[in-house]
Parts: sequence; C-alpha cells; structure tokens
Amino acid sequence: MVNYIWAFFVIVGILYSLLNGKIDLVNSEIINSASSSIEMILSMLPIMCLWLGIMNIAKESGLLNIFSKKMSPLISLIFKEIPKDHEAIGLISSNILMNMLGLGNAATPFGLKTMKSLQELNSNKDSASRSMITFLVINTCCITIIPTTVISFRLLNGANNPTDIVLASILTSVIATILSLIIDRLFFYLERRKDEYI
Amino acid sequence: MNISNIILPIIILIIISYAIYKKVDLLNTFIEGAKEGIEMTIQIFPTILAMLLAINILLKSNFILDFTSILKPILDVLHFPCEILPLAMLKPISGSSSLIVMNELLKTYGTNSYIGYLASVIQGSTDTTIYILSIYFSSIGIKKIKYALKVGLIADLIALISAIVIVNLLLI
Repeated sequence: MVNYIWAFFVIVGILYSLLNGKIDLVNSEIINSASSSIEMILSMLPIMCLWLGIMNIAKESGLLNIFSKKMSPLISLIFKEIPKDHEAIGLISSNILMNMLGLGNAATPFGLKTMKSLQELNSNKDSASRSMITFLVINTCCITIIPTTVISFRLLNGANNPTDIVLASILTSVIATILSLIIDRLFFYLERRKDEYI
Repeated sequence: MNISNIILPIIILIIISYAIYKKVDLLNTFIEGAKEGIEMTIQIFPTILAMLLAINILLKSNFILDFTSILKPILDVLHFPCEILPLAMLKPISGSSSLIVMNELLKTYGTNSYIGYLASVIQGSTDTTIYILSIYFSSIGIKKIKYALKVGLIADLIALISAIVIVNLLLI
C-alpha cells in the first residue's frame, strides 16, 4: 500500500504541475530532494549515534532494565505478546518517554532500535507483527507533555501565554491514543478472522 | 531558566552517574552503541531519499492546497474549520512543511484565536505517520505492512477530530 501512496505522490505531483505550469519548480525539486535527503541524514547521524551510545551505557549499567521492570506492567497491558523480561519493553518505554518530553529527535533512535528488537520476536520476518503496528500507532499519536516546538512558535508569534495549549494538547493525544489502540485491536481481530477463512 | 532545557542534560546525568556507580566501561560502551547508529542511519537513507522525493514533488505541485479548496464547500456544511485543512493533510507526510503552515496560521489568525489554538493542538498531538511508517518498517526489511497504514491514518483522523472537540470545550 505504501507503494501506491508513493506512486500516487509522484504521478499526481508531476501530472498536476504539468497542468498548472509549476513543472519548473517540480523539476528543480527532483534534483534538490537528493541533496536535502543527504542533509537530513547528516543531521540525523550524530543524534542517532549519540543516543544509541548513551542508551548502550544505560543498558550495560542495568538502568534500562530497572526502567523496563517499572514500566512493564503498563507496557505489557498494551503489548501482551512481548515476553515480560524482553529488551523491547525498555526500548518502547524509552521511546514513549522521549516523545512525552517533546524530544522527537531522541525518540527516533529508540524507535528504530525497538523495531529491530521486535523483529527478533517476529515469526514471519517479511510481514509486520501485531506489536510493531501497535507501536507505530502509539508513535503517530505521540503523547506529548511539553510540545516544545509548538510553544516556541506560539511565543514567536506574540502569544502572551504560549503554554495555554498544553492541557488541550495532552488531552487530545491521550484520547486519540486510546481510541487508536482500540481501532488497532479491532483491525487485528478482523484481519485474523479473514486469515482463518482463507 | 526554561524547564524543557533541563530535561535532556538531567537524563544524561542520571544515566552516566548510575553507570559510574555500577563501574561500567563508559567510553567503550558508548562507542559500541554509537557504531550501531551509523549502521542504522545508512540503512534508512534510501527510504528517506525516496520519501523526500515523492513528498516534495507533491508539495511543489501545489496539489494539496488546491485540493483542500475544492473540499471547502462540503466541509463548510459540516462546520469543519477549513483553514486548518492544509495543516491536517500535510501533517502525516511532512513535519517541516506542516510546521511552516502552522506558523502561517498563527500569524494570520493570531495565537489566541480558534484557528490558532486548533493549529497548535493538532501540531502538538500528532506525528508524521507515513514518514515514520516507511522509515521504521524499511529499517528492518518488512515488506508486508498489513493494516498498519490504515490504522495509522485513522489514528490521525481521530486525533484531528479530538483536537476540534477539545479546543471547543477547553479553550473557546
């Protein structure tokens, strides 16, 4: 399905720009994309290395393990299929914690590491496991306690009380996360039933 | 002193102090972990290139903005605030361009207007679904993503609706 979305973006973008005369912009963007992706990777690389390095220290010292044990009742409630003492629980917790604190940059390394660790538990290496999809759903709703970027943009635009949106923002993401997790479960059972009939 | 500026150093301080107490070989452990970061970043590079290419072509063609203006009459009937539609549609695919749109909305309507509040809450409580999805799955070589995209996009829609309801209840 991502294939179709990708093709849709490219085909619609090019055809539409041919019609409205924006093809010049699109043309230069095709070349720019290559260099902007390198810029992105270059800015990402040190952050990835930094956090995976710090996390390795937390892992070796046993701190990650302690953190996992503390979070495990809550995480196991959502991710029933992950063994209680598995590394993935600590990683998922770290990713959620970073998202909560509004440190999106630091959340990505933990997210990628989580996927790697969930892949170890995955019985079919080609297709997404239930816990991977659930993890993704939690990530897209990203429960944020301090939306730092938004607050700074509000400040920039002259808000006298830039943090007044915090409560609404937390409530929205909590409600959206809970509803989305229910939808996720629903899809899982529907999909499984379909598999059983086939 | 800004509270959010303290969080990061404090986390690192706790991790390092505990590791010293547990007598971990700090530097080598750090380097070992950091090496993995290089591998992971290189592995997701082709995906980032592919996604940026497609997303930027679509953005530059102006399709999304024109499309939202077509939808406007229908949404007016539903009392849906059309001004935030470009933001809502951009957010799942591109974090940086949705940030630009949010900034424009704050500038045009003011930070304490209905639209200003709504834009801030949407920006603060959703994430770039399609982007995260493709990077996360491609990093471990998953080919069949099953119902992941459907659920992800439905989650975005739920977040959008919740944002509208909550801003109406709390801030207006």
